[in-house]
Amino acid sequence: MNTETLIPKVGVVTDIRIDTPDVKTFRVVGLDGKKVFEHIPGQCAMLSVPGVGEGMFSITSSPTNTEFMEFSIKKCGCLTSWLHAMEVGQQITIRGPYGNGFPVETALKGKDLLFIAGGIGLAPLRSVINYVRDKRENYGKIQIIYGSRSKDDLVDYQEILDEWMQDEGVEVNLTIDREQEGWDGHVGFVPNYVKELNPDLSKTVLMCGPPIMIKFTLAGLKELGFQETQVYTTMELRMKCAIGKCGRCNIGNKYVCKDGPVFRFDELDELPNEY
Amino acid sequence: MLKLSLKKLDELFAAMAQSQALYIPADNGGQAQYLRWAPGMKMTAALNTVRSAKDFFFPQTEGLVNFKMTGKTIEVIDPRTEAEDFVVFGVRACDARSFSILDKVFLVDPVDTYYQNRREHGTIVTMACRQPEETCFCTSFGIDPTHPEGDAVCWMTDDALYFEAVTPKGEALKEKIASLFEESDDAAVKAQQAETKAVLDRLPLHTFTAEPLGGDVLMKVFDSPSWKSLSEACLGCGTCTFVCPTCQCYDVRDFDTGNGIQRFRCWDSCMYSDFTLMAHGNSRNSQVERFRQRFMHKLVYFPANNDGEYGCVGCGRCLAKCPISMNIVKVAKCLEGELK
Amino acid sequence: MQGMMIARAGELLENGTVTRVLGWQTGEFVYDITPAVFESAEELEKGFVYNSFCGNNLSKYLIQASRKEGKILVFLKPCDTYSFNQLIKEHRIVRENVYIIGIPCDGKTDGEFLKAKGVKGILGIREEGDNFVVDTLYGEKTIAREDALPERCRNCKSKKHMVYDELMGEEGEVLDSHRFDMVEKLEAMTPDERFAFWRSQLSRCIRCNACRNVCPACSCEKCVFDNPQSGIAQKAAADSFEENMFHIIRAFHVAGRCTDCGECSRVCPQNIPLHLLNRKFIKDIDTFYGEYQAGEDTESRAPLTNYTQEDVEPSIVYTRGGNN
Repeated sequence: MNTETLIPKVGVVTDIRIDTPDVKTFRVVGLDGKKVFEHIPGQCAMLSVPGVGEGMFSITSSPTNTEFMEFSIKKCGCLTSWLHAMEVGQQITIRGPYGNGFPVETALKGKDLLFIAGGIGLAPLRSVINYVRDKRENYGKIQIIYGSRSKDDLVDYQEILDEWMQDEGVEVNLTIDREQEGWDGHVGFVPNYVKELNPDLSKTVLMCGPPIMIKFTLAGLKELGFQETQVYTTMELRMKCAIGKCGRCNIGNKYVCKDGPVFRFDELDELPNEY
Repeated sequence: MLKLSLKKLDELFAAMAQSQALYIPADNGGQAQYLRWAPGMKMTAALNTVRSAKDFFFPQTEGLVNFKMTGKTIEVIDPRTEAEDFVVFGVRACDARSFSILDKVFLVDPVDTYYQNRREHGTIVTMACRQPEETCFCTSFGIDPTHPEGDAVCWMTDDALYFEAVTPKGEALKEKIASLFEESDDAAVKAQQAETKAVLDRLPLHTFTAEPLGGDVLMKVFDSPSWKSLSEACLGCGTCTFVCPTCQCYDVRDFDTGNGIQRFRCWDSCMYSDFTLMAHGNSRNSQVERFRQRFMHKLVYFPANNDGEYGCVGCGRCLAKCPISMNIVKVAKCLEGELK
Repeated sequence: MQGMMIARAGELLENGTVTRVLGWQTGEFVYDITPAVFESAEELEKGFVYNSFCGNNLSKYLIQASRKEGKILVFLKPCDTYSFNQLIKEHRIVRENVYIIGIPCDGKTDGEFLKAKGVKGILGIREEGDNFVVDTLYGEKTIAREDALPERCRNCKSKKHMVYDELMGEEGEVLDSHRFDMVEKLEAMTPDERFAFWRSQLSRCIRCNACRNVCPACSCEKCVFDNPQSGIAQKAAADSFEENMFHIIRAFHVAGRCTDCGECSRVCPQNIPLHLLNRKFIKDIDTFYGEYQAGEDTESRAPLTNYTQEDVEPSIVYTRGGNN
């Protein structure tokens, strides 16, 4: 790994897509117009605006995208507010990739995959979804269950409609929390929808969303008969260094930035419930 | 072994300082701290410095990178200059061991080059202890204060200083100063060691051991009901963390100089309320969790990741300095009591 | 005294007057005492202690403790009662949930202070008349009690309790202390000398925040220095003058509210005489607005939060010149 890892590179924002009222997707390339670095789906990068702060964000685009990286970012604090106010052409700093990523070339290979996401939780999973869509022959059936508060809060909605839903062997189940005009899809919370859909127990689950969704969905999956060893999630805690040294993102003796962010639930079970 | 009359100590310091910076533990406003030696400066009579010697490799604040922002563009500037060679004289055995603990954090992949740079340029001359304090418990972690680790080791008797080079860096230093010394046997050193060992056996904490916490007890200890009462009086200050030779958590912050941005790191404390604060919440919301983190890290997490080595060297600083006198010994004893 | 306190606390627990007792707990050594809450006579028997090392001011703990269910018994030394009153005035403590027993105090020392006096390897201490006899790893040392007390106790401002529900021992008097002597010395310095004095003191600061966190007057729920939204949150010096600003700003913020309990200087791991900053404010307030002691009562308006026509004009700063 880069030994000067705390010194970032400069990235240029070449496109900004408005996903939802509080989520934007930023396209980033290096000063040479190429990708700043390669990554594994589920890995993260530290983005910063000097003078404002630095934060860890999952890389939303798939490694199979050879031209640029994308980050879907929800506006919720200082740094993200600043990022949301940016215009195309703005430079930011970027360093990475960090973390373990999903085991796309090992444990997940050849498996039927079930993606479960809530709200901005789709961001890290989108990288995996597009990766396995691009390497279709290596994976079995794909099912995506995705929910958000309303239709307007569905991240990547256009991509879901235009690409994911058009793919063969990809089943997409969308849901929103409450009835809404112009929505004729499913209404209800993700955990209940998962139970309703009763997915096949042979599937390997990749899940990301707000803590409350994770908690109830995991319980629902267990009720259906899923084992914790089949369910992966990706974590987020406060980070500063991203290389396991600054000392704050640990859950027990594991650092989310280095040993995670992807954990299997049986691994999390052996760690303190402090996240 | 080399021997030098204590009368010639100033000459020795002058010789060491000739080709590199020299730091010795000296008194500053009644407090012992490492100061850059200048002619006339005397060593402190205190057993140890208030701040540990970790500052030499992991200073309280340190510039990481500078940025120049013009319009939408950013220029990244590496602010580092070549570190100067330096000698730290008089490091105690506990602090000497703390460097190998810090190495296990900063020198593992990916290597922290800021730390590594300083480490490579520093020569550590340790000093055996003669009069340990009641707060000392380094022997609980397998440290021998009568024969510390280091690039070179010294023993000080009433009238002489004995010197022994250990590593190539120590040998290099020895060459520069050898002419001041005379060859000597180690009889005086042996006698002093025996005397000090007798004191070690009488230390109130000499039977203390963290061993029961080094096993597979992570979850059991984490869930202990005692954390609440142990942390009840904790002020949430950072004293323990900042005087600790092995605490190495840091924060990264940006400072607007008006003429660019300096990104620097500074010591941080897991005892602080904003240590794990995120825009949408805090994974350690109360002082109970923050307090638990500090001791779990040293007594359980660090050993779990480092072949059983504890993140404590028994220097006793937190015992002496905590405003409410809560410390790692009390915590470990309480938790071990529960494991029995 | 300790025996009486344990017995009385046991009674009050037993008869249901209180459900918890806030006091001091023994440690590994004779001097390392920790504030603690006791819930039963057994716990009191096992760990409660009151001796010459119980320096911790317990009043600030009552901000949290008095908000819990049930009444809590607290033992307050005279100087702690000033802090208690001030916290009542600032609506930080729920008075009806606290039962105060005032206890006498003839000065508290601590292990660090004895070590600064050259005592090494403390194993035990006994009080013999006006002396501490310290048993150490390196023999017995006798040190006069007067010499073993830190400045705040040598210049004790009051042996009288400002508030209590019950008193143990004899009530003392407000004392005529010499606590402003050092402030006068500082005032007599030239601005350059004074600047040099404070630079040499404050440059030792490691920003551990112990002074702030122990201070009964620092009871903000979120300190500006911890609040990322404040724009001035910081943990370490970003420039070499920043620690000084931290202490100066803090001194301004507690001005008129600081009771001069001296906890800031007691807890400072670097022995910075922080209380002198506060004493300067106290002395100035006394000079400008007439004698005022924060924490003396719970009702009066403090000079800095009150207006009278006799108040000094800001121009006083100029007329006093640069040396004060």
